[in-house]
Amino acid sequence: MKTVTPERTASITTISGRPIEPLYTPEDVSRLQYARDLADPGAFPYTRGIHASGYRGKLWTMRQFAGFGTPEETNERYKQLLAAGGTGLSVAFDLPTLMGRDPDHALSLGEVGKCGVNITTLADMEVLFDGIALGDITTSMTINSPAPMIFAMYLVVAEKQGADWKMLSGTIQNDILKEFIAQKEYIFPPRPSMRLITDIFDFCAREVPKWNTISVSGYHIREAGATALQELAFTLRDGIEYVQWGVDAGLDVDEFVPRISFFFNAHSDFFEEIAKYRAARKIWARVMKERFGAKDERSWKMRFHTQTAGVSLTAQQPYNNVVRTALQALGAVLGGTNSLHTNSLDEALALPTAEAATLALRTQQIIAHESGVTNIVDPLGGSYFVERLTLDMEEGAYKYFDTIDRMGGMVAAIENGFPQREIAEAAYRFQKAVEEREKLIVGVNAYVETDEPPFPILYIDEKASEAQMARLAEVKARRDQARVTRALLQLQEVARGAGNTMEPLLEAVRAYATVGEMCDALRTVWGEYEEVPSI
Amino acid sequence: MQFPGGLRAGTDPSGHTTSMRKTRVIIAKPGLDGHDRGAKVIARALRDAGMEVIYTGLRQTPEQIAAAALQEDADVIGLSILSGAHMHIAPRLMELLHEKGLDHVVVLVGGIIPDVDVPKLKALGIAGIFLPGSPMQEIIDFINERVQPRAEAV
Repeated sequence: MKTVTPERTASITTISGRPIEPLYTPEDVSRLQYARDLADPGAFPYTRGIHASGYRGKLWTMRQFAGFGTPEETNERYKQLLAAGGTGLSVAFDLPTLMGRDPDHALSLGEVGKCGVNITTLADMEVLFDGIALGDITTSMTINSPAPMIFAMYLVVAEKQGADWKMLSGTIQNDILKEFIAQKEYIFPPRPSMRLITDIFDFCAREVPKWNTISVSGYHIREAGATALQELAFTLRDGIEYVQWGVDAGLDVDEFVPRISFFFNAHSDFFEEIAKYRAARKIWARVMKERFGAKDERSWKMRFHTQTAGVSLTAQQPYNNVVRTALQALGAVLGGTNSLHTNSLDEALALPTAEAATLALRTQQIIAHESGVTNIVDPLGGSYFVERLTLDMEEGAYKYFDTIDRMGGMVAAIENGFPQREIAEAAYRFQKAVEEREKLIVGVNAYVETDEPPFPILYIDEKASEAQMARLAEVKARRDQARVTRALLQLQEVARGAGNTMEPLLEAVRAYATVGEMCDALRTVWGEYEEVPSI
Repeated sequence: MQFPGGLRAGTDPSGHTTSMRKTRVIIAKPGLDGHDRGAKVIARALRDAGMEVIYTGLRQTPEQIAAAALQEDADVIGLSILSGAHMHIAPRLMELLHEKGLDHVVVLVGGIIPDVDVPKLKALGIAGIFLPGSPMQEIIDFINERVQPRAEAV
């Protein structure tokens, strides 16, 4: 019997709306069996972590997402981040690049270099990594619809540097399902998009075996308004969908699943997030083993990157964001993330200044070296509260899997609009809760300051656009146009048939075809996708 | 003077009952950006507040938005721009609205707008700029204060 005493608010819930009891006791976890549900870190089902030594053996990768303007400017920022102690690179591309458009396309007007770095041809990629040995670092590239084109460019730059593809390591996000669900940066319809992805699974299994071919993402789903449970369930069900499509394309599970990675959000409700990460590992291990019959333990071990929640950061009183990010990062670390990006304090205002980006990195370094939480693996293991939350998250996720399975899978569910509706509903509910002051946000609906002083930001002007257009013109003048044309025709032929699209893409990239040209070639074959707008 | 956005019955000089039409709002996502959480939340809030909302969906050009405003006889256009492309999109849209005789349309921008650009947008004729943290009710009130309900055509 739980005692009930007067409480500060009418209902006490997580930020996702899950009610929290006043107290958790052994009774709440009576169905937990250590060996079956938890096991030691490094042992199936990996609830407590995939490495026995946790961070005692190796810290998470401090991988700060960065990119803006021209490849030159971003190259400089990467060197600054590496010098400041960053241990991995992470590329943010601009909207034209993300949407497979060249800088001189009508839709690119005003967009070049504003949200990330502009990459149009191999020439840009060469500048982006100038003076950075791709064989010595790992790079994550946040690219989805044109992932094959950008990945091909990276491979060719690595090759020109003398790196061996067999040893090259990094990640491409390459997760189109979450684009249809949340981020909406799709180009082609769902089925051809999935084909591009399975082509990469196949290509890398043979040619680039250490590369993470996909980063199945919950971050964007969460940012779009999903609850923690929806983030967990939709992300893992997306993962299941990719595995099923890979298997249906003729691949052996253990050939490609070890190189599937994940990407979660680190949101504000501390314990809910920690439970989410632990449940994620447990679910993936069990599903890979039981549903797909994976035998290689590398197929069971979920590896994930985390980013602190951009959507939680405020334009008001930006310094408060340093605190939010630190707490969110701590949650990710206590949840055992393998890689982490911490947002900058100016997140709600602009792309980060160099100073803000450095402070974000220092946040991770202070957690790693001063807080002591890295001294022990899964310190919250055994907490009645956290273990109960973990079990409940797992149960909730399986219920969503059943619903989506009965719809015919995730592609079918997306075509039905199911995850999109769930997310829009959750987003609206949250906004109402904020406006009714059921959820307080310091500086926004509580402790508000009027007349805040102006805040210095990174302002990106049109110089990047001008520079990129000039380089594009120069590349087009230099290149062998006949070779480009042949390569694009070959790409279309393979796209219409059954071959691997990576082969003709590598040739097109070597010939200095543009992102727009390669995507347009495929637009001709597959058409474009646009969702039916709904409120 | 405050004009509520909902339907209201009244009587015209000849004694006939008239009704006021709902305020018609177009919510648009111009440019390449696909982040639509804010646009959809605002669209729903305005609809729940009694307005007629047309959500254009993603990847709209200024030409498409202006055409929609004309076709839908819009009172308000709400642009959602987080990408930094506002200084290209806004001037072009305002130019097109002027060409089409739509100067009366109240144009709002929501999203990520650097402080230095706010006065520039206002100078173009953008009536309101709503940055992160703006309450839905503030936007509803803003519209209701500026849009005069018109009688329904019978």
